[in-house]
Amino acid sequence: MRVLPSGSTALLVELADLDEVLDLYAALEEDRPPGVVDLVPAARTVLVVTDPAQTTLDAVEAAVRRTVPRPGRRVGAEQVEVPVVYDGEDLGDVAAHLGVDPAEVVRRHAGTEWTVAFSGFAPGFGYLTPADGTWDVPRRPSPRTRVPAGSVALAGGFTGVYPRESPGGWQLVGRTDVAVFDLSRDPAALLRPGVRVRFVAVS
Amino acid sequence: MSGGVGGGLTVVAPGPLTTVQDLGRPGLAGVGVGRSGACDRASAALANRLVGNEPGAAVLEATLGGLVLRAEADLLVVTTGARCPGSGVHDAPGLLRAGGTLALGTPPAGLRTYLAVRGGIAVEPVLGSRSTDLLAGLGPPALRPGDVLPVGPPTGDVPGVDVAPVPDPPGGEVTVRLLPGPRADWLTPAALDVLGSAAWTVTAESNRVGLRLDGPRLERRESGELPSEGLVRGALQVPPSGAPVLFLADAPVTGGYPVAGYVADDDVDRCAQLRPGQALRLRTGTPAGRRAR
Repeated sequence: MRVLPSGSTALLVELADLDEVLDLYAALEEDRPPGVVDLVPAARTVLVVTDPAQTTLDAVEAAVRRTVPRPGRRVGAEQVEVPVVYDGEDLGDVAAHLGVDPAEVVRRHAGTEWTVAFSGFAPGFGYLTPADGTWDVPRRPSPRTRVPAGSVALAGGFTGVYPRESPGGWQLVGRTDVAVFDLSRDPAALLRPGVRVRFVAVS
Repeated sequence: MSGGVGGGLTVVAPGPLTTVQDLGRPGLAGVGVGRSGACDRASAALANRLVGNEPGAAVLEATLGGLVLRAEADLLVVTTGARCPGSGVHDAPGLLRAGGTLALGTPPAGLRTYLAVRGGIAVEPVLGSRSTDLLAGLGPPALRPGDVLPVGPPTGDVPGVDVAPVPDPPGGEVTVRLLPGPRADWLTPAALDVLGSAAWTVTAESNRVGLRLDGPRLERRESGELPSEGLVRGALQVPPSGAPVLFLADAPVTGGYPVAGYVADDDVDRCAQLRPGQALRLRTGTPAGRRAR
């Protein structure tokens, strides 16, 4: 664990890999040190955001270093199915990159169980990791200025669903009608950390 | 946003950009929702104090003035932050009579003016906050002509202050403290020196998400890709172009370019008042009581 300075209100905790991130995040989320107002897990780091009126960075750093990670707690009981029309513009590029044909990409994507590792980028955007197989797909060389809402995409070992129309550099493999972020629902985000996801191919 | 009952404020003209803002949405970064909230928190908090509101009451954040409002009832109002000609209630709470209008001119210095009304702007909260987050597309839309803004019931006592003696945002060069960021070592030592010594110019592409700064190009030591990681307002990010971005209230939850420094949290409010063309200096140093590591 490396604790990196991040101004007067936050600490960036750098860990060896995503598993370590999720284990530490689970422990911090369950028992937040006093004065911690937000936690942002990512691929290699956990950002710990504090309220400087309530605590000091030194006190929070000490609390983080005392925290015992909770292995395995990231997979929750909740499971959702996401129907996907696999007609994405980048399906062919993804298949070429993985050295298989497009039908095999669909078979693998829909055939594995994914788990939401963390969120970011936009409200309700979850970064999903696979239970098996590797999906080391690069981002597109140049991001699209407009990715439609509901696009199912891949990049950097993750898959995800765009909650609303936005720019984006991930490889598009399909689309879904499922609203992954809906303010009339509580919680608004469908794909929260720990949720298990199955993609189901529909035509 | 329309449909408010009597006793509110009618938007006659919204100016270039006016939004509703409060303290934002803390605690939701785990589902990708940033904090947002008033860009200049100190000015917004002062406005609420001067009319006896709770700190979490919603205010209006006007950008470069231009806001014209009509009162539908007698209302106690005040403006703070950038001083607009025509306000008449700047840093000094006053009664706006039913049927009366308040018209904010263009401020000669500073960028954002906060208007608090006793009782607070009572539009429907979204995820616990009335703030407009322009990046995430959350909260009420920016004000439009004809919008009727409901006003909530008064809460505490009126503090009985005639005028708050606070300085107006300055028009010239502004210096703020820059603290170490997590990826300072992605810049060359020479670039770090330049970062802390150059006069940076705020460009016209700046908004509530962040200030884009123009100046000498910062050279990066690392050319690789950084996996996205969490950031908050005050982060100074250096993309491959070498032109830094200083994030403000609507900062993204995560970013993929290295954050070389952080403006001290108290100083970020002053950055929120900088206008395009204004100069910013970043004085580097180690925060008091915190050792370098």
